[in-house]
Amino acid sequence: MSEPDATHLGASSLDTVARAGQTPEQDQPFLELGLKDDEYARIREVLGRRPTQTELAMYSIMWSEHCSYKSSKVHLRQFGDGPTSERMLVGMGENAGVVDVGEGLAVTFKVESHNHPSYVEPYQGAATGIGGIVRDILTMGARPVLVMDPLRFGDADHPDTRRVLPGIVAGIGGYGNCLGLPNVGGEVVFDPSYQGNPLVNALCLGVLKKDRIQLSAARGVGNVVVLLGAKTGRDGIGGVSVLASATFDEDGPARRPSVQVGDPFMEKLLIEACLEMYDADLISGIQDLGGAGLTCALTETAAAGRSGMVAHLDRVPLREASMEPHEVLASESQERMLAIVEPANLGRVLDLAAKWGVLATAIGEVVEGDRLTVLWHGEPVVDVPPASLADEGPVYDRPMARPADLDDLRALPLPAYPAASRELLLEMVASPNLCSRRWVVEQYDRIVLGNTVLAWPEDAGVVRLSEETGLGVALATDGNGRYTRLDPYAGAQLALAEAYRNVAATGAVPIAVTNCLNFGSPEDPEVMWQFAEATRGLAEACRVLGTPVTGGNVSFYNQTGATAINPTPVVGVLGLFDDVARRTPMGFQEAGEVLLLLGDTREELGGSEWAWALHRHLGGTPPQVDLERERLLGEVLVAGSRDGMLSSAHDLSDGGLAQALVESALARGIGARIVLPAGLDPFVQLWSESAGRALVSVPRSEELRFTEMCGARGLPCTRIGVTDGTSLEVQDVLEAGLDELREAYEATLPALFGPLAGASAARPHDAAL
Amino acid sequence: MKIGVVTFPGSLDDRDAQRAVRLAGGEAVALWHGDADLRGVDAVVLPGGFSYGDYLRAGAIARFAPAMGSVVDAAKGGMPVLGICNGFQVLCESHLLPGALTRNQHLHFVNRDQRLRIASKATAWTSDLPDEVVIPVKNGEGSYVADEKTLDALQEQGRVVAYYEGGNPNGSLRAIAGIANERGNVVGVMPHPEHAVEELTGPGTDGLGFFTSVLKTLVQA
Repeated sequence: MSEPDATHLGASSLDTVARAGQTPEQDQPFLELGLKDDEYARIREVLGRRPTQTELAMYSIMWSEHCSYKSSKVHLRQFGDGPTSERMLVGMGENAGVVDVGEGLAVTFKVESHNHPSYVEPYQGAATGIGGIVRDILTMGARPVLVMDPLRFGDADHPDTRRVLPGIVAGIGGYGNCLGLPNVGGEVVFDPSYQGNPLVNALCLGVLKKDRIQLSAARGVGNVVVLLGAKTGRDGIGGVSVLASATFDEDGPARRPSVQVGDPFMEKLLIEACLEMYDADLISGIQDLGGAGLTCALTETAAAGRSGMVAHLDRVPLREASMEPHEVLASESQERMLAIVEPANLGRVLDLAAKWGVLATAIGEVVEGDRLTVLWHGEPVVDVPPASLADEGPVYDRPMARPADLDDLRALPLPAYPAASRELLLEMVASPNLCSRRWVVEQYDRIVLGNTVLAWPEDAGVVRLSEETGLGVALATDGNGRYTRLDPYAGAQLALAEAYRNVAATGAVPIAVTNCLNFGSPEDPEVMWQFAEATRGLAEACRVLGTPVTGGNVSFYNQTGATAINPTPVVGVLGLFDDVARRTPMGFQEAGEVLLLLGDTREELGGSEWAWALHRHLGGTPPQVDLERERLLGEVLVAGSRDGMLSSAHDLSDGGLAQALVESALARGIGARIVLPAGLDPFVQLWSESAGRALVSVPRSEELRFTEMCGARGLPCTRIGVTDGTSLEVQDVLEAGLDELREAYEATLPALFGPLAGASAARPHDAAL
Repeated sequence: MKIGVVTFPGSLDDRDAQRAVRLAGGEAVALWHGDADLRGVDAVVLPGGFSYGDYLRAGAIARFAPAMGSVVDAAKGGMPVLGICNGFQVLCESHLLPGALTRNQHLHFVNRDQRLRIASKATAWTSDLPDEVVIPVKNGEGSYVADEKTLDALQEQGRVVAYYEGGNPNGSLRAIAGIANERGNVVGVMPHPEHAVEELTGPGTDGLGFFTSVLKTLVQA
């Protein structure tokens, strides 16, 4: 074995495999790296010696909660037992699931969290969240075509929210806009439980030819391991083990060096270069470098291919020459991909990379056997079975306990109902969780690529995939942390139900699910119980609705000190259009049409936006879940779109019927006259959040056909008024002008975060995006 | 008629511009930044995006691309050239148009449907437009600036092709949304006409007029 390069800094102290074998007793800082005593013992058992410094760093990363899913795995298995679908081409386990959408095309989509980095450094944290999820989609062989961002912040008027929100929004826009990906939806929710731990989830969807799916397995002895993209620097070291797998304490912002720094221009070039390589069939395996950087990419490709691999770490192009091998392996520098290439194709891969100005470096090769060997200037510093890192990490069935305060919370009486009034309506539409999101979404490019059919403020984002046939997709994400706090099982089901309903409201057929499960510390038995209940509820609901989970992400340790966030499963539902031209918008289209309320309204205000916005009240039980009803409602909404019966459709959720009426009216400035049915108190009818409901408008000529269809299928359908005028009038209850409603609805976020561009002469709500 | 669309590294709306050309009835030809050959096109569109990552300044590096050398020569010879958003920035950096585009007044990227008043139809790209159009804006550095003398001259010579109406989304001086060179063959606009070419995906089809204008101009030439 040759001597290490003497010119390399620190080479004399290099902890090689040989040295590890000779010095079994050397103390190692495994606790500081986040490994437990028994986990360290297992590493020694796997290797038959102590790990080298570099190996120890790799195990600490790969066995972290973020990479290994060690606390969630036993619960996530339920999703694997979900409904089967012929459309599912690749299921959970790869970088993202792949779903057949017909016409020889498939889509791949996934939602992921980037919560902790976004709190520490809002702009870069959120920006690299987009970058990471986009590379996951690219890895599957797909061209990314849209992004969405479900976001949760602390109180809207809290001073720190003024630091965090503008930075996160600018970061999402700054990265996504520069990549040329339309941002077609998402959520913005305020709640004090997210004050010290905002949730920044990012969803990306890509499209690919069905027969061009790329997989991560490194196979074929002699194949070359090529690192594509940016140089490797010291940014992001410890991102997954330090930031994502531990609870924040007082030194939050001091962890800034653990946050990666993004360069969307490099990512754009990387996307185009990779897509041309896929088109030319030059790639035998590919993996993005995200959390855990090269460590993850090398071990996962080798493990997936059941192959041996040798990597020459000193060949990795570095930003800083003084980097140590463990730093090179742990770096989370962005905009990098690892490709496995047959030697015969290497020249063309390097040429295509050069065409796009992307750095490409052969750093290793696939070899016989089942060991991953990493060399540093010729000296082995890593010699491990890759599966021990990638697939055989620790698995915990952690203790669970029903939260001690849950019964008290659920028994908490609701505040007295107010009288429904114009003042109440104006106050509610101006409240932070119900008001216009224009301040946020205007900073996102929603139209680039020219295929955006619906985007905010619509119920779901709708994007065309084929200009020839109109084939397209709809996507919505939802998740109500208050409901899930009060009942994690029902809350997760309500999240799925709402996203399902949103997709169906546009006329798309819901076909698949992704999720991002944001919870507190799994070491807290009460959080673990919430997680177990939520996954059980979600898995069961997916079975009933026939929508398989194709992949997703778990984000634990979302808490500040001992206080966990409200458990927040964010559920994304994918819907399919045979032709996006038949999409149903949410806004009233013209005066004189009939307004119908579909579904049943019950007295359900536990966990509601009214109780929270006006009384800071979180108690009672969330609305009842009826998944069969959701499915029926979805079928009716899709049939109404197919048969051209619907002018508009809007799902009812937060803020109930009142909020839906206001949003549908403001969309094109067309008012409505409403006559509420006898029975329930008008306040309850307007602000109850009963699930399984939608507001639709139909031309008079279609009323009979539509109501008869509802009757035949057994879906309650109530005529509640007509579209008309320039106000929202609820007979004998309230009347509010659209102008004053618009002013109330639009003013809140600009008042908190700064005026909109060109605000001096604000235009009315855009008719369409 | 063949209309070329130049793709720089970081161009984003290049395929959208090609689609707009096709929908207007032209033949779209993809041009590559590194290739000085304009492949016999009759007109050129410089699309939106972030060419070269907007490093240094938006458009500042793109002007040195081999394709731009040919575009500048052709433009001086009278070939119609339209710069949209980043393409407008490139035209200013190339000195085919006066002035510059700077950070939006509110410092935020802004994407919204925008009303424009068409102030000059005496250019290759605006002859077919009505007096008012609705076209999306989406930019972070779209605030048009020039010295007073230049602004006066642009207005006196009828070289302002479009003004923002109903709110100035980026703080452009005198609400200028687009300008032309003296000859009227080179036009730069900050809003995106290629994103208003289909009812399904845009606020309407007002943007098509830019592309039908140039096709008519070429036929008449």
